Amino acid sequence: MEKHGPPIIQINDVRKSFRAADGRERPVLEGVDFTLREGEIVALLGQSGSGKSTLLRIMAGLIGVDSGTVQYRGQPLYGPARAISMVFQSFALFPWLTVQQNVELGLEARGIARAERAERAEAAISLIGLSGFEGALPRELSGGMRQRVGIARALVTQPDVLLMDEAFSALDVLTGERLRDDILELWTQGGMPTKAMLVVSHNIEEAVLMADRILIFASDPGRIRFQLAIDLPRPRIADSAEVRSLIDEVYALMTAGAGRADRTTEEPEALRLYDRLPEADIARMEGLLELLAGPPFHGEADLPKLAEESELTDDELLPVARAIDLLGLARVQSGDLHLTLVGRRYVDGDHTVRQELFGQQVLENVPLAAHIRHSLEQDPERALPEQPFLRLLQQHLDPAEAERVLKTVIEWGRHGEVFEYDFHAGSIHLPDDQQDEAASRNSIIE
Amino acid sequence: MAFEKNFFPRQVVEAGNRWDWALLPLVLAGLVLLGYGGAQMTRPYHLGDALPLTLDPWQLPYYLLRTTLRMLLALVFSLLFSFAFATAAARWRAAEKVLVPMLDILQSIPILGFLAITVTGFIAMFPGNLFGVECAAIFAIFTSQAWNMAFSLYQSMRTVPGELQEAARVFQLSAWQRFWRLELPFAMPGLLWNMMMSMSGGWFFVVASEAIAVSGQNIKLPGVGSYIALAIEARNLQAIGWAILGMLIGIMLYDQLLFRPLVAWADKFRFEEGGQETAPTSWLLTWSRRTERIAKLGERFTHALESTFTWFRVVHDGTSIRARPHVASGTLARAWDALIAAGGLFAVWELYTFVHAEVGFGEVWHVFLLGCATMLRVVILITLAALFWVPVGVWIGLRPIWSGRLQAVAQFLAAFPANLMFPGAVVLIVHWHLNPDIWLSPLMVFGTQWYLLFNVIAGASSIPSELRFAAGNMGLTGWLKWKRFLLPAVFPSFVTGAITASGGSWNASIVSEYVTWGDTTLEAKGLGSYIAHFTATGDFHRIALGICVMCVFVMGMNHFVWRKLYRIAEERMHF
Repeated sequence: MEKHGPPIIQINDVRKSFRAADGRERPVLEGVDFTLREGEIVALLGQSGSGKSTLLRIMAGLIGVDSGTVQYRGQPLYGPARAISMVFQSFALFPWLTVQQNVELGLEARGIARAERAERAEAAISLIGLSGFEGALPRELSGGMRQRVGIARALVTQPDVLLMDEAFSALDVLTGERLRDDILELWTQGGMPTKAMLVVSHNIEEAVLMADRILIFASDPGRIRFQLAIDLPRPRIADSAEVRSLIDEVYALMTAGAGRADRTTEEPEALRLYDRLPEADIARMEGLLELLAGPPFHGEADLPKLAEESELTDDELLPVARAIDLLGLARVQSGDLHLTLVGRRYVDGDHTVRQELFGQQVLENVPLAAHIRHSLEQDPERALPEQPFLRLLQQHLDPAEAERVLKTVIEWGRHGEVFEYDFHAGSIHLPDDQQDEAASRNSIIE
Repeated sequence: MAFEKNFFPRQVVEAGNRWDWALLPLVLAGLVLLGYGGAQMTRPYHLGDALPLTLDPWQLPYYLLRTTLRMLLALVFSLLFSFAFATAAARWRAAEKVLVPMLDILQSIPILGFLAITVTGFIAMFPGNLFGVECAAIFAIFTSQAWNMAFSLYQSMRTVPGELQEAARVFQLSAWQRFWRLELPFAMPGLLWNMMMSMSGGWFFVVASEAIAVSGQNIKLPGVGSYIALAIEARNLQAIGWAILGMLIGIMLYDQLLFRPLVAWADKFRFEEGGQETAPTSWLLTWSRRTERIAKLGERFTHALESTFTWFRVVHDGTSIRARPHVASGTLARAWDALIAAGGLFAVWELYTFVHAEVGFGEVWHVFLLGCATMLRVVILITLAALFWVPVGVWIGLRPIWSGRLQAVAQFLAAFPANLMFPGAVVLIVHWHLNPDIWLSPLMVFGTQWYLLFNVIAGASSIPSELRFAAGNMGLTGWLKWKRFLLPAVFPSFVTGAITASGGSWNASIVSEYVTWGDTTLEAKGLGSYIAHFTATGDFHRIALGICVMCVFVMGMNHFVWRKLYRIAEERMHF
C-alpha cells in the first residue's frame, strides 16, 4: 500500500440542506467529516439520494455549505478552484466545439496563449488515446470516446484533484471497464499530474477495483456510515478471491440496515408513512424472485452472484432487492437474499394468487399504501385526488423525490389491485369491483 | 502555414483560390449596394417635402434595396436588443422580475401602436435629415421583430443543461466567455428560427412602416411598402402585381443569401442527438467555405472574438476571498419587490386618471365591446381554419413525399404579406355588396393560417412509424382513428401553430378590419379598426386606449387559454 501524503481537501462537520416546496429545510448532508490525501483514490458509494453527488459538488466548489468548513490545502474553498477538475456522468461536452476546442476550454478560460494551449491540448489528447480526433465534433464520437475527451479536458489543466461523478455509468460495461483500466494504468505509472482522485460510483466492483478507501453513505440525511480501507496492490484482478470477498463485504455493508439512519440491527423495521421507497419495477421484482427460487439458488443467494446471473447492475439490483425485502417476499441478510414463505407462495402461485399476495403485502408493509386505501374507503366517492398525498410527501422529501415515491406506491398499488389511478384526472380510486365491498364494510363501521 | 507553402511553389501567388474569385463579385456587389443604400438614407429632408415616388416597375429594384436595408438594420438592432435583454433577465433575478412581464406587455402591443407614439420624436431627433424618418420606420420594423427573438434567447439561456453549466463553472469560464461559448451557441437554433419568423412579421407590416400615415403625417419613404401604398391609392392592380413579384424576390433573396446559410451553419449548434434527418445545406455557405481569402476573414473574426476572452476572464481562484459568494440581502430584495409593486400601482392610478380625464369610462366600455367583437372573429376564424387545415395537414404529413416540399411552401406563404391580397377582397366586397363586418374577417387569418398548416404537417410527419403500423394493425378507421390516434398525435404541434396564428391574427386585425382601396374604405366593427381609424386621424388618447385594451385581450387569451392547452399538450400528449 502506498503511504498517503498530506491532506489536499479537508471537510469538517459539513451540513447542507435544500429548501423543500413548503419552505422547510430538508437536510441532504449532515455532520460529514472527510479528508482527501495525496496519493489516494477514494470511492463514494451509497443509494441514490444519499448526498454523495452533493458532497462531490461541494468539493468542486459548485455548491456552498450551510455550516462546517471546506478547505483546499489549508485555504477556505469558496468556489471552483483551478486545481480541482471534474469528469461528468453525461460527459458535459460542448457539442458545437471540436474535441480540441473542448479540451482547451479550461486553458482558454485562463487566458493562455493559443500556441501553448494547442500544445498542451495535443499532449492531453494523446495521453488519453484520442490522437487523430482533434478536429472531430463530439457527436461524431462514440460514448467511450466522448468520455475520453471529458477526461482529457479535466487533465489538461494539470489538476491536483480529479473528481469523477459516475464517470463510467453512461457507458456500456465493456467500454467502461476499458476506460477505467486505462485511467488506473495512468495513475499507477504516474502519467497524470493528479495527486488524488475522488470517484462517485454505484458500481461496487468498480469501487473495489479502483479505490484505496471506500466510503459508504447512508441517506436521510446523507452521512458517511462506513469506511473501508483496501490494501490490495494494483492492478487488481476482478476474479481473484480477495477482490470477490471484498465485494461481498461491501454488498453486506450496503444492504445492512438499508433505509433509515437510526437503525442498528438488521431486523426489518416498519417504514414511516413518508419514507422513500426503492424505485423498483414490478416485472424486475417478479423476475428476481423467480430467479431466486429456481436453480441454482433454491431460495438463497449471494447478492453479487445474483447480480451476475440477472445481468443487472448494482444500482438496478439493489433497489429491487430492497423492495422485495420491504414487502416481506425475501429477506436481505449480510449480503445474501433469502426467499420467505410468502415469497415462496408468491413464486408458486398463478397470476391471480400473485396479484392478491402482492396487494396484501403492500397493504401490510407500506404504510403510505395502507393510508391511501384507508382514505379511499372512507370517501363516499371512493376516489381522491393525488395532491393531498403529494403534499404530505413534500413536507419530508424534495418535490421530485416526493413524486417518485407517489409514483412507486401507485404502481405497486395498481399491481396489487389495492387501488387504481386515473392519469388524466390525477386521481386515485378503488378498483370498480371492490367499491360495493368497501361500501358494505363502511356501512358496518357506521 | 508559410513554411508548408515553400513546398508548393504554384500556390506562392497569394490570390486566393478559384472559389474566392467566383464569390468576389457577389461580395463586392453586396458592399456597393449596402453603401449606396446607406447613403440614400441620410439625405437632407424637411417635413413637408415630397419624396419622389413613381409606380414605374423599373424603380422597384431600388425600392427593394431600400426596404431590404431597413429590415436588415432592424434585424441587427433586434439581435442586439435580444442579447442585452436576455443576459440581463437571465443573470439578475431583480431585473428578471421587471423585464419579463414588460416584454410580455410589449409583445401584445400592436406594431402600428409603436409607430403612432414614436414617429414625431424620431423626426425631431434628426432635424433636416431623412434619417429621422428612416429611424421611425426601422423602429417600427424592429418592434415587429425583437420581442419573440428576445424571449427565445432568454428561454434558451434559462434552460442550458445543468451539467454544461457546471462544466463551465468548474473550468472557470467568466460571464463573457460563458455567453459566447455556452449560452449563445445553445440558444442559436431557436434564435435563428425566431429571426426567420420575425422577418415574416416585418414583411407583413412593410406598408404600414414605410408609408407613415400617422398623427397627421403623410410621409412615404422610398421602398416596396410605399410603392404598394401608392398603388393602392391609385387603384393600380398592375402595380400591385409588380410589387408582389418584387416582394417574392426579396423574400427569396433573404432566404438564399442570409437565412439558408445561417441555418446550415447553425446546424452544428443542434443540441439533440439523433440526426437521421438530413442536415440543411446552403450553396452560399458551401461556396464560401471553399474559398481561401473569404474563409480566412471569417477565421480572423473568430480569433478576434477569442482574444477578448483573455481580457474578460476570471482572474482569481476559488480560494481567494474574491470568490466568496455574497449573501443575498433579504431586505434589499423585499425593497425591490415593494418598489415594483409601487410602480405597478402608480401605473394603474395613472391609467385611471387618464381614462377619467381624457376619454371617459363609457368609451372604455365601448372599446371593450369592440375587443369582444374582434375576439369573436379571431376565435371563429381560427376554428374554421383548424377544421380545414388540420385534416389537410395530417393527410400531407403522413405522406413523406409531399410533406417535405409542402411544408416549405407553407412556411413561405406564412412569410408572404397577405395584405397584398386585400385590395382584391375590397373589389369583391364592393362588387357583390357584401357585409364588411363578416366578409373582411377572413383577411385576419389569411396570412396566419399557414402557421397552423405547417405545424400540423410537421407534427403528423413526426408520428413514430410503429404507432402508425399499430393503428393500421388494429384496424382503426374513420372517426375512431381520428379521435384515438391522429388528433391526439398532432395536438401539441397544433397548439404551437394556433398560438402563433392567434397572436398574428390580433396583430393583423388592425390592417384587415380597416382596408382601403383608392378612396373606398371598408371598415369592420372591431378593436383593430378602432385603432387603425384613430391612428389615421392621430387621436393619441384613443390609440393608447385601444392598444391597452388589445394588450389585455391578447395577454388574457395567452394566459387563460393557450398556456393551459400548451401545458396539457406537454404533459399528456407527447411521444
